Amino acid sequence: MSATQDEVHPKSGAAGAAIFAGSDSHRYNYYEPKGRKATHYEDMTVDVQPDPKRYLLQDWIISFADGTPTYYEGWTKAKSSDWHKFRAVDQEWERTHYQRQSTIVGMLNNVIENGRRSGAPKRFDRAWVKVLQDHLGAYKHAEFGLGTSMMQAQRYGYTQMINNAILTNSSYKLRFAQDLTLYLSELALDIEGLDLDAGKQHWLEDPIWQDTRRAIEAIMGASDYLEQYFATNVIFEPLVGELFRSGFVMQVAAAQNDFITPSVVSAAEGDYERNLANTVEMFSILVQDPAHGEQNRKLFVSWAEMHGKLANAAAANLQPIWSQPRVKVAQFTEAFDQAKNRLRAISAEIGFDARAIIGD
Amino acid sequence: MPDGLTLNKITAQRGISVGEATRRVADLGWTPSYVQEAMTFPTDYKIKKSPRDPMKQVLRSYFPMQEEKDNRVYGALDAALRGDMFRNVEPRWVEWMKLFLAIIPFPEISAARSMAMVGRLAPGEELRTGFAMQMVDEFRHSTIQMNLKKWYMENYIDPAGFDITEAAFGKCYATTIGRQFAEGFVTGDAITSANVYLTVVAETAFTNTLFVAMPSEAARNGDYALPTVFLSVQSDESRHIGNGHSLLMSLINDPDNHLLLERDLKYAFWQNHAIVDAAIGTFIEYGTTDRDKKKESYAELWHRWIYEDYYRTYMLPLEKYGIKIHHDDVGAAWDRIVKHNYVHYTAQFFSVGWPVNFWRIEAQTEKDFEWFEAKYPGWYAEFGNYWKWYKKLSAPGETNILFNQDTGYVYPHRCWSCMVPALIREDFCYDEVDGQIYTYCSDICRWTHKTAFSAEFEGRPTPAMGRFSGRREWETCYNGWDLADAIKDLGFVRADGQTLIPQPHLIFDDSKMWKLDHVRGHTLGSPLMHFRSLTPEQREVAAAEYRKGFKINAIN
Ligand SMILES: [Fe+2]
Ligand SMILES: [Fe+2]
Ligand SMILES: [Zn+2]
Repeated sequence: MSATQDEVHPKSGAAGAAIFAGSDSHRYNYYEPKGRKATHYEDMTVDVQPDPKRYLLQDWIISFADGTPTYYEGWTKAKSSDWHKFRAVDQEWERTHYQRQSTIVGMLNNVIENGRRSGAPKRFDRAWVKVLQDHLGAYKHAEFGLGTSMMQAQRYGYTQMINNAILTNSSYKLRFAQDLTLYLSELALDIEGLDLDAGKQHWLEDPIWQDTRRAIEAIMGASDYLEQYFATNVIFEPLVGELFRSGFVMQVAAAQNDFITPSVVSAAEGDYERNLANTVEMFSILVQDPAHGEQNRKLFVSWAEMHGKLANAAAANLQPIWSQPRVKVAQFTEAFDQAKNRLRAISAEIGFDARAIIGD
Repeated sequence: MPDGLTLNKITAQRGISVGEATRRVADLGWTPSYVQEAMTFPTDYKIKKSPRDPMKQVLRSYFPMQEEKDNRVYGALDAALRGDMFRNVEPRWVEWMKLFLAIIPFPEISAARSMAMVGRLAPGEELRTGFAMQMVDEFRHSTIQMNLKKWYMENYIDPAGFDITEAAFGKCYATTIGRQFAEGFVTGDAITSANVYLTVVAETAFTNTLFVAMPSEAARNGDYALPTVFLSVQSDESRHIGNGHSLLMSLINDPDNHLLLERDLKYAFWQNHAIVDAAIGTFIEYGTTDRDKKKESYAELWHRWIYEDYYRTYMLPLEKYGIKIHHDDVGAAWDRIVKHNYVHYTAQFFSVGWPVNFWRIEAQTEKDFEWFEAKYPGWYAEFGNYWKWYKKLSAPGETNILFNQDTGYVYPHRCWSCMVPALIREDFCYDEVDGQIYTYCSDICRWTHKTAFSAEFEGRPTPAMGRFSGRREWETCYNGWDLADAIKDLGFVRADGQTLIPQPHLIFDDSKMWKLDHVRGHTLGSPLMHFRSLTPEQREVAAAEYRKGFKINAIN
C-alpha cells in the first residue's frame, strides 16, 4: 500500500465519535491507585514529580555542584522501599485547597466582624486582653516559624505526594499566623492600649517563651525535611501547639467574656487534624517498610527524643500563663497530661515508642 | 433612607488598611538566635538585607480571590461540555496538547519548589510573603493543568497519549526539552535558577507566549477550555514578576553581583528562547487549522512580547545599574526565528520522529502552505516538499519517514545544553568539556555548558553553580535498538498491544493506523555516540558536512 490516504475526518472530535484501538482509554493508566479506584487527587498528583526508578529514562539532567541531582532520596535519613506509596489522607489539590482556605477566611471574617459590631472586644476581661496581647501575640510567631520551615521542606521530598502535603501544611500554618496577626490588629482598633508590638517582644525576650522559640528554631534549623515535618506535627503540635491553643485559649477564653478568640483559634485545630492525618500516614508507612522499618523506627525515636526534650521544656515554661487570667478555669497540669495522652496516641498509631519523652 | 446613606455605610466598621495588614504580617519573622537555619540551597550572589516592598497582599484576601478565579474556570469547563465543545474542536490542535500538557505541570510545580530556595534568601518578610503566595499559586497551576488534561482525556475522541501522560513525560524524546526548563528552576545556584532563570526571564518574558498566545490559538481551533485555564494561570504571573523584580533589585546595586547577573541573564534568555520558542512556536504555527492571514504569526507575537515588551522595557533599563545587556543575543534569537526557520525546523524534527512520539501529527496541506508562504516568504521552497513527503509516507506500509532514505532528511545532533537538536545546521558546533566531546545548536549553548555551568566564571569561583548531568542525549538511550522494541519500551503502544499511540495522521480508523509490525526492522542510533567515535580529523569533516545542511528531495 503506498497511495496517499484520503482524509476521513470524523464529524466530531468528541469521545466515542469513532471506535478504534485505544479509543476507550479514558483513565490515567501509569500508576497503581491506593484504593480500588483512582481518586481525583491521585490523578492530579501522582508522578508529576518524576523518578529515575519509574519513568525518568534520561535521569535528572541538572545537578548541584557536588553531583546531587535535582531530587535526591538522601535528603532525609529515613529510608523507603517505595517513596511513591504515600497518599495524602486529606486528598488536597488546588481546588479543594482554595475552597477550604477560603471558607476558613470567610468564617473568621464573619466571626470577627460580628463580634466587633456587637462591641464584644470591649467586654473582654482586662487581664485577658493582656494575655492575648502578650501571649497569643507571641504564639503567632511559633506558627509562622513552622509555616516557613515547611515552605523550605516542600522542596526536598522524593515524590509529588510528599511535597504537596508539606506545601499545603505550610500554607495552613502561614494563613493561621496571619489570622492571629490581623485578628489582634483588629482588636486593637476596639481596645484602647492594646500593644501590637508586645507579642514579638515576648516571643524574643520573655523567659516564658524562650524554650518555645528554641524548639521552633530547632525545627526551622533541621536540615532533614522529614525531621522538620515529624517534629512539627508529631512532637511540637501536641505538646506545645495544641496545649496552648486547646488546653489554654479555647478553654479559658469564654470565662473571660471572650467568645471570638476560640473561633479564630479553632480553625487551626481543624487544620491540624488534617495535617496530622497526613503525617501519621506518612510515618506509619515508613515504620512498616519491609526493608527499612526498624531503622526508620529508631530514627523517629531519636527525633522524638531530641525534639521532645525541647517541646517538654517549652511546655513547662508556658505554665505561668495559666494563672494569668483573672478567672481560672483550666489547670496547666491537666492540659499537659492531655497533651501527653495525645502524643501517646499518635506515636502508637505511627508505631514508635514515645515513653522516653512522656513516660508511661 | 437619607441620600448617601447606604446599608454598607451603616454596617461598615473601621478596619485595618492593606498597607497596615502587610506591615503587621511582615513583622512575623525574626532572626533565629538559638539554632541557625538549615543549610539553604547555595548561591554565589550576595544579597543585601535591604527590604523592598513588592506588593500589598495578605492571605486573607488572597484565598477568596483565588477561589473566585477557580469558580470561573470550573464553571467554564462545565459550560464547554454543555456546549458540546468537542464536537467542533480541531483534533490537530488537541493532539499537540498531549505533548504540551505532559510537560507543563512539572515546570509549574518546580516553580513552587523553587520558592523554598528564594524564600530563605528573601531580603525582608514582605517579599517572603510574596514567595509563599507564589508557592501556593504554582501548586494551583500544576494541579489545575493536570485537571484540564484529564478533562481532555475524558472527552476527546482519541484519549491515547493523555492516558499515559506522566509516564510519557519521563520517556519521550521531546519532553526532555521541557525538563531542562523545569530543572533549571530548582537546581544549582539558588538565585541563578529560582530568580533569574525562572522569574526574571521565564515568567517575565516568556509566559506571555505560553499563556496568552497559546490560548488565542486554542480558541481559533474550537478549544475554549485551554484559554479559560491558562488565562487564569497567567493572571497570577504579575505578582510573580513583581516578586522576582524585587529580589533582582536587591542584588543589582551590589557591583559584586554584576558579573554573575550578566552570565545568568545571557544563559537564561538564550535557553528560554531555545526551549520555549521551539515548543510553543510549533504548537501555535503547526497545531492550528486557522490560516487567517490577518492573524499574527509566532514571529510577529515574539516581536511584540519579547522584543518590544521585554527587551525594550524590562531588560534595557537594567543597563542603568551598570549591567551589560547582551543585545546581540536578542537579535540572534530574533534572526533564528525569522531568518533561519527555527520554529519550522523544530516542527520538522518533531514530525520526522513521529513514531517515538505519543501524540498524532498530521501533514500540513496546501491551505497551510499558502499561509506559511505569506507569513514566512521562502517557506515553501524549503519545507513544501518535506510535508508532501510526510503526507505520502503517512500510510502504514510505507517506510516511516524517520528511516526513509528517499526524502533527503538528515537526522540532527542534539544540543547538550538546550536539548533541542542543532536544527540550524550552519550554527552547529562542538567542544570538549572535562575530556569529553559534546554537540551544540549554537555558540551560546556551547558557552552555557562549558563556561557558565562551571566551578568558576571569568576567574571568579562559582561553587554554587549547577552542572549538566544525566543521559542528556535521548538517542543514547536507544542506540542500537530496533524501532519497534524502543516504542514498546517507551510504552507508546495502545491497549491492543499492537497499534501505536502516535500516528502520522488524524484518521481514527484501525485499518489506517500504524502497528508495531509496520515499524519493525529499523535500528535507532545515537548521533553523539557516533560523533564521539570519530577521530578529531574525521569530526571536523563530519561537522563541516553537517553545517552544509540537507536538501529535501523532490517528490512526484
Ligand atoms: Fe505558574
Ligand atoms: Fe509563576
Ligand atoms: Zn542549544
